[in-house]
Amino acid sequence: MLEIKNLHASIDGKEILRGVDLVVPTGEVHAIMGPNGSGKSTLSYVLSGRDGYDVTEGEIIFDGSDIVEMPAEERAAAGVFLAFQYPLEIPGVATMTFLKAALNAQRKARGEAELTTPDFIRRVKVASEKLNVSQEMLRRPLNVGFSGGEKKRNEILQMALLEPKLAILDETDSGLDIDALRVVSEGVNSLRSPERSMLVITHYQRLLDHIVPDKVHVMSAGRIVRTGGPELALELEAKGYADYAGEAA
Amino acid sequence: MPAIQETVDQVSQIDVDQYKYGFVTDIESDRAPKGLSEDIVRFISAKKNEPDWMLEWRLDAYRRWLTMTEPTWSRVHYPKIDFDDLYYYSAPKSSPGPKSLDEVDPELLAMYEKLGIPLREREILAGVEGASDRRVAVDAVFDSVSVVTTFKEELKKAGVIFCAISEAIREYPEIVKKYLGSVVPVTDNYYATLNSAVFSDGSFVYIPEGVRCPMELSTYFRINERNTGQFERTLIIAEKGAHVSYLEGCTAPMRDENQLHAAVVELVALEDAEIKYSTVQNWYPGDKDGKGGIYNFVTKRGDCRGDRSKISWTQVETGSAITWKYPSCILRGDDSQGEFYSIAVSNGYQQVDSGTKMIHLGKNTKSRIISKGIAAGRSDNTYRGLVSAHRKASGARNFTNCDSLLIGDKCGAHTVPYIESKNASAVFEHEATTSKIADDQLFYCLQRGLSSEEAVALIVNGFVKDVIQQLPMEFAVEAQKLISISLEGSVG
Repeated sequence: MLEIKNLHASIDGKEILRGVDLVVPTGEVHAIMGPNGSGKSTLSYVLSGRDGYDVTEGEIIFDGSDIVEMPAEERAAAGVFLAFQYPLEIPGVATMTFLKAALNAQRKARGEAELTTPDFIRRVKVASEKLNVSQEMLRRPLNVGFSGGEKKRNEILQMALLEPKLAILDETDSGLDIDALRVVSEGVNSLRSPERSMLVITHYQRLLDHIVPDKVHVMSAGRIVRTGGPELALELEAKGYADYAGEAA
Repeated sequence: MPAIQETVDQVSQIDVDQYKYGFVTDIESDRAPKGLSEDIVRFISAKKNEPDWMLEWRLDAYRRWLTMTEPTWSRVHYPKIDFDDLYYYSAPKSSPGPKSLDEVDPELLAMYEKLGIPLREREILAGVEGASDRRVAVDAVFDSVSVVTTFKEELKKAGVIFCAISEAIREYPEIVKKYLGSVVPVTDNYYATLNSAVFSDGSFVYIPEGVRCPMELSTYFRINERNTGQFERTLIIAEKGAHVSYLEGCTAPMRDENQLHAAVVELVALEDAEIKYSTVQNWYPGDKDGKGGIYNFVTKRGDCRGDRSKISWTQVETGSAITWKYPSCILRGDDSQGEFYSIAVSNGYQQVDSGTKMIHLGKNTKSRIISKGIAAGRSDNTYRGLVSAHRKASGARNFTNCDSLLIGDKCGAHTVPYIESKNASAVFEHEATTSKIADDQLFYCLQRGLSSEEAVALIVNGFVKDVIQQLPMEFAVEAQKLISISLEGSVG
């Protein structure tokens, strides 16, 4: 599904990713943990094609082809989804309108027919009930005045509707209280499937109590420095990142 | 490449050259020699078969204009206009007063089709009953002469007069004499005075007492003649208890020379009358280097002359190299209301200085101003507004909201509000915000699968929603499309 080979990327001439190697097979959930500044968020942006990052070396093989040169919107239509750490606000645009625009833009790019309004509404209803997203929230402008929990639930709602092949969750636990964390995690878990890979980026172990990964990778100074099972997260929780600090930028 | 640098580069590559409606229609014109003099004023008046009093009115304006100087207070910059290097009259050579579509110059019809103007009015023009639930009567002003006037008969049944102002001067001189220049006086400002001297044509609307105009009235303007100043004159009168909604929309072909446009619009609302005036303006903004484009110096003013009258201006401004325009309301009648809803989009090297004036004279008068400015490219977008309450305007109320949205970092947005209150009981509120379409906001949309153009359109449409909602339905859809087209290429 996703195979990253010797990925180097820089921003403003400063190298952040210094040879990332990572394989996430189809249907698996992998976690990436690491200290602040280790390049976790940069990795999520480079994978999703954000402007401003120069990939200087290496490959990102997604679904069999290298997507390094592919524009962000095409990666999205191909099935790459990023749940943002800080979801953006769009005043005056109802959440529902945004969801429909996004879903239909992706369908159009894939050569599929646009959804009819009743079909779309039915899908939103099913997905939003699971995530405890109210109709009132869907009518509000996208993320404007949303609480931290509402924003993150809205991210997962979008993920549910867009049905990506690869979901990258960037610090999805940040800003969530324990109840909100549970709702969001349940939402994510319900989207686990043999056809979908997930990359869960987090600083803390607590998210991984709820979303149990198949593998845990430790990132430091722009590289994956260690890979293990779920127990690796517990070890990090106990010991901290001190062992890896030497390698930090 | 850093994201910001990339945005800057992309913005500087904006292809405003690709003006969607830039083409020239090959219709022979009948025009006056270049330059302005008493003889030209006489020529225009004679062309229109005007009565003597109208000629005198024009000549008086011309003589006053000679003593005036161009205003310089607005935030726009342009090379000095040589008023002697312009043509002041131009009429398409078409047989006068066609009775049906068949008699209209096919070039003209083809042009409207190219423009994509909702002249589904073709059926309506042909008079097909029930072609649409909401009928639109079109008084198409092509260059300077009205060539098509539709629905006249049906409007006549309701007692509504909707015709070219040149015709009104001949047919309804008493009404014209009473109201022309009564809202925008001949000497109001440099451009209004010039217009009074040389106005070529425009629309005239008269809604009799108690009549609700049975349809929305619509005029499409188009400047087509090389170097021809356009001097439209519009006069709308709503008698006691009358209601009317008027739509004005315009596009123009691509030209090298700057084209001057100085229109005057006067609205008069008597007791309990209501006038809603909506504009979509899409004149040629100039090429990517800022060359060419329309200079648009417009005076639009409405007089809420009667108690409880209401005048509402809604404008969507996307075109012109220079826009200098302040649709205003004089709230003379007690309990009268004025509204101004505006979207001004600027891209490339466009300069917009626009806003409104709400002059509260009567008791318990109310006004509301919602202005949304969007600046992209290297454009400058200024909101300039005056809200004033005079001594007797007790209980006057105003709410103003001015929002600006910036796309890229080479454009400017400015807000210049003037507030004057001479009555202690007046309550004026002013809110203003400036925001920017941020790189991360765009990336968020792209990550969800939207193209950058779809993303900008979505963000901008969210920004202007409050104003779009004020437009009549058919205009709202067009306006949204137009805003997206105007901002095409403003981000990568």
